[in-house]
Amino acid sequence: MTARAVLQQADITRALTRIAHEILEQNRGIDGLVLLGIPTRGVELAERIAGLLTSFAAAENPGWTCPVGSLDVTMYRDDLGRNPVRSTAPTRLPAEGIDGKTVVLVDDVLYSGRTIRAALDALADHGRPAAVRLAVLVDRGHRELPIRPDYVGKNLPSAASERVNVRLTGTDGIEAVTIEDGGSAA
Amino acid sequence: MTAYLITGAALADGRTVDLVLDGGIVAEVGTGLSRAGATRIDADGLLALPGLVDLHTHLREPGGEGSETVLTGSRAAAAGGYTAVSAMANTSPVADTASVVEQVQALGEAAGYVTVRPIGAVTKGLGGEQLADIGAMARSRARVRMFSDDGFCVADPLLMRRALEYIRGFGGVLAQHAQEPRLTIGAQLNEGPTSAELGLAGWPAVAEEAIIARDVLLAQHTGARLHVCHLSTAGSVELVRWAKSRGIAVTAEVTPHHLLLTDRLAEGYDARYKVNPPLRSDADVEAVRAGLADGTIDVVATDHAPHPADSKTAEWSEAANGMVGLESALSVVHEAMVETGLLDWAGVERVMSAAPARIGGISGHGEAIAAGSSPEIVLYDPSARSDFAAEHLAGRSRNSPYLGRRLPGRVVAVFHEGRPTVLDGAVTPQEALRA
Amino acid sequence: MKHLLSTRDLDRDTAVRILDTAEDMAATQQREVKKLPTLRGKTVVNLFLEDSTRTRISFEAAAKRLSADVINFAAKGSSVSKGESLQDTAQTLEAIGADGIVLRHWASGGPAVLARSGWIASSVVNAGDGTHEHPTQALLDAFTLRRRLHGEASRGRDLDGVSVLIVGDILHSRVARSNVWLLTTLGARVTLVGPPTLLPHGIADWPVTALHDLDAAIADTDPDAVMMLRVQRERMNEAFFPSAREYSAGWGLTVARFAALPERTVVMHPGPMNRGFEISSAAADSPRSTVLEQVANGVSVRMAALYLTLAGGAE
Repeated sequence: MTARAVLQQADITRALTRIAHEILEQNRGIDGLVLLGIPTRGVELAERIAGLLTSFAAAENPGWTCPVGSLDVTMYRDDLGRNPVRSTAPTRLPAEGIDGKTVVLVDDVLYSGRTIRAALDALADHGRPAAVRLAVLVDRGHRELPIRPDYVGKNLPSAASERVNVRLTGTDGIEAVTIEDGGSAA
Repeated sequence: MTAYLITGAALADGRTVDLVLDGGIVAEVGTGLSRAGATRIDADGLLALPGLVDLHTHLREPGGEGSETVLTGSRAAAAGGYTAVSAMANTSPVADTASVVEQVQALGEAAGYVTVRPIGAVTKGLGGEQLADIGAMARSRARVRMFSDDGFCVADPLLMRRALEYIRGFGGVLAQHAQEPRLTIGAQLNEGPTSAELGLAGWPAVAEEAIIARDVLLAQHTGARLHVCHLSTAGSVELVRWAKSRGIAVTAEVTPHHLLLTDRLAEGYDARYKVNPPLRSDADVEAVRAGLADGTIDVVATDHAPHPADSKTAEWSEAANGMVGLESALSVVHEAMVETGLLDWAGVERVMSAAPARIGGISGHGEAIAAGSSPEIVLYDPSARSDFAAEHLAGRSRNSPYLGRRLPGRVVAVFHEGRPTVLDGAVTPQEALRA
Repeated sequence: MKHLLSTRDLDRDTAVRILDTAEDMAATQQREVKKLPTLRGKTVVNLFLEDSTRTRISFEAAAKRLSADVINFAAKGSSVSKGESLQDTAQTLEAIGADGIVLRHWASGGPAVLARSGWIASSVVNAGDGTHEHPTQALLDAFTLRRRLHGEASRGRDLDGVSVLIVGDILHSRVARSNVWLLTTLGARVTLVGPPTLLPHGIADWPVTALHDLDAAIADTDPDAVMMLRVQRERMNEAFFPSAREYSAGWGLTVARFAALPERTVVMHPGPMNRGFEISSAAADSPRSTVLEQVANGVSVRMAALYLTLAGGAE
C-alpha cells in the first residue's frame, strides 16, 4: 500500500489561516463566535483557528480571546453497535456557553457526515446556538446525509476504498495529510 | 462357559505370560499356552492386573435412579477396570436395614458386571443419633462388613465409640467420613487463598484432621478397626502415619481426584470441581501421593458420585458435591502415581485391588494372578493416551472433572467371574453377558 | 468489554479507561439535559436475586440516562432463589429481549456462572455476588477517591502511592475484595484492618497488609482514605466478636478516632451505615466524608460500565 502526501505542514497552516479569514468575513466580525472541536484532531484544529482569530482580531478588539472548546460526540453516534466500543472524550464548553452564539464546529475530515449529525444532536443537548457552522480541514466527499461544510481547507476527491490520514503536530508530533489506497489500513 | 486364552500379557511383576481362564478360575499361567476351543485374546503390550476393587462407590439406587442405578454404575465400574465395588449407604431409603442391603446386593447380582458389596449405615437414616441395624445387616444375605455414614460424619464422640465397639463384634470396619460439622457450616471450598479470593466459605483442613485424630485414639481405645474415607490433607496423612506407627488398626483411602486436582480449578466457579472433601492445595496433593506411595494410605477409592447435569451447572454454592470417577480412576492413578515414579504397577495392584479387597472383606477379588486364582482380570494398555470424553463414561451421569483432559492409558478388557464385561474397550451388552 | 464480572481481572489501563469514561458521564450529569441517546433501543434487565434497593436504583438511573429500556426483576425468596434455576431465568429474560443483565446474586460466582454458561448472548454486569465481588462499588470508590485527590485533573491518572485503610468485616465483604484488587491495580497501598475472626484465612499472597489494631494502622500508614465497611451486628451471635460495644471500641470510627486522623484523610463508606457502630455520626457527616459523593458517583460509574459493556459491537 502506498501513502501519498496531499497537504504538507505549510499547506495546512495556509488552509487554517484562510478558514479563519473566511469565518471573520462571514460572521462580520467576532460577535458571538464560539469554536468547538470534535475530538481528537478537531480539537487541535479548533484551538489553532481560535488562536488565529484572536490574533487577526487583536487590532480592533484588543484583549479578546476567541472562545474555544471541545464537543465529544461519541455517545451520540449511530454506529456504536457496528464497531468495538469507542472511548469517550471530554466535552469542554467555554464559560460563556453556546446559547445564542454562532458555533463553528471543527473537524479534521468530512466524509459520510454522520459525525456531524451526531455533533448537532450533542449540541442541542447543551443549548441553543443562534447558528451552527462547520469547518473541516479536508472534505473527501461520499456524503450519506444532507450536510455540507461552510469552510473547507481542501476538497479531496477520494475513492471509498482509500483512506485519508490527518496528522497534526500537537497530537501526532508530525504534520501532514496523506491518502492511502487499499481498504484495510489500520 | 467359554474358555479364554490371553496371550502375551505383562503382569505387574514384569513377567510376560499367557493366561487361560476356564472352569471359573485362572486355569493356567505360563508361556506358549494353547487351549482347544478357547477364545483367544491377543494381549501383546497390555498389562494384566487383578480386577480393581472400589471401597467407595455411590450407586444411588434405591432412590437416586435419575443419576445412577446399580446396573449403570456396575457398567461404569466395568468400563474402568473394576470387578468389585462397595455401594455406599446414603441411598433413599438409607441402607440401614437388612432389607435394603439385600436389595442392593440382589440388584448387583442381577446386573452381573461386578461384585456389588453393600456398605451399611452406621446410624439410622444417617442421622448420627441412633445405631442402624448393624447386626441384622451383618447377618443378612449381604453379609455386610463395612459400615459408613458417608456423606455425613459420625460426629458425636460417644456414638462413634459405641459404633466402633459394636461393629468390632461382627468383625467389621467403620469407614468414617471425617468432617467436623461445626467447623464446616456452609463450607464450599478448601479454606485457603482460593476460597478467600472467591468469597466461598472455607472448608478447613483442620475439620478433617480433628476428627481423624479423635477417631484413631478411639480406635486405639476400643481395639476396633477404623477406615478413613477420602483422606485429603497433608495433616491427615501425618495423623494416619502416626496412628499406624502406634499399631492402631486404621486404614485409609484417597480418591483419584485428590491425587491429581487442586482447589485452584474452582477459580471459574465451575461446579464440576465441587466435591466433599474439597480439592486441596498443591502441598496436600504432594502429601497424599507420598502417603499412598509409602503405604500410609492403603487404597485408592473413587468416591464415584453421579449427579444430574443441572445440579452441576448451578451456582457453586447451590451445586451438588461429587464427581464420577470409576471410568477414569486407573488412568488418573497412572498419571499421578506411575508416571511420577511414585508407584510401580505392583504398587497399583496393591492399592487398587489387593488392599481394598482385604479391607472390605471382599473374597474372590484382589488375588494376585496365578494358576488357581479367581478369574477377575483387567487388561490395560499403558501406552495409550487420549482426551477423556463423554464417550468414556459408561454410567448414567456426566459429572466428570476430567472431560477434555488428556489422560494416559486405556482399559481394553475386563473379566469378571471368567466372563468378559469389557472387550476391545467396549462394555459388553447385558444380554451377551448372560449368554 | 463484554462483561464486567470482577475487578480482579481488570488491568490498570482498563480500570483507568472505565474511570475516565465515568468522568465523561459525570460531566453530562451536570447539564440541564442529562439524558444521552447512547443505548437507545437496548434493554437492560436488573436481575436482583438479593435485595438492594440502593444498588438497583443506581443501575436503573444509569441505564435510563443512557436511554436504555429498563426491566427490573427482583426475585428474592421467589421461585428463582431456589426452584427455578438461574439458567431458566436468564433465558427467559433474554427471550424478552435483554441485551444486558445486571445481576445481583446471593451466591458468590453467580454472575461468572451466567457469563460463561453459554445460556445467553447478553452482557453480564456484576452488581454484587455473595461474598465475592462488587466491582462497580469499588470503581465508584476509586473514582471518588481520585476526584478528591486530583479534582479536574483526574483523567488518565491512577492512585499511585495513595494509602487506603479498609476496616471491618473483610471476610464477608464483596466491597473489600473488589477494592483490594482495584485499588492495588491502580497503584494504591491497601491495608486491611479488622479482628482476626473477620479477616479471611489465606490472604498471605494478597498485595495488601493485614493488621488488627486500627489505631496503630492509622499511625503507621498515614492513610489518605479510611474506608469503613458495614458490619452486621448478628455476626456477634456467630462468635466473630463478643459484643457491638467491643467491636465499636476496637474497629469503629469513633469521634475520638476520627479526630485523630490526619487532616487530609477522607472517610468512605459503601452504605448503608450503622451509625454509632462502625462509624460515628461526627465522621459520617463531616466534610471529609465522601458518603454522598459515592452515591452520586455511583450513577456515573454505572453509566460507564453499561456503556462499555453494551454500546460496542463485536470486537
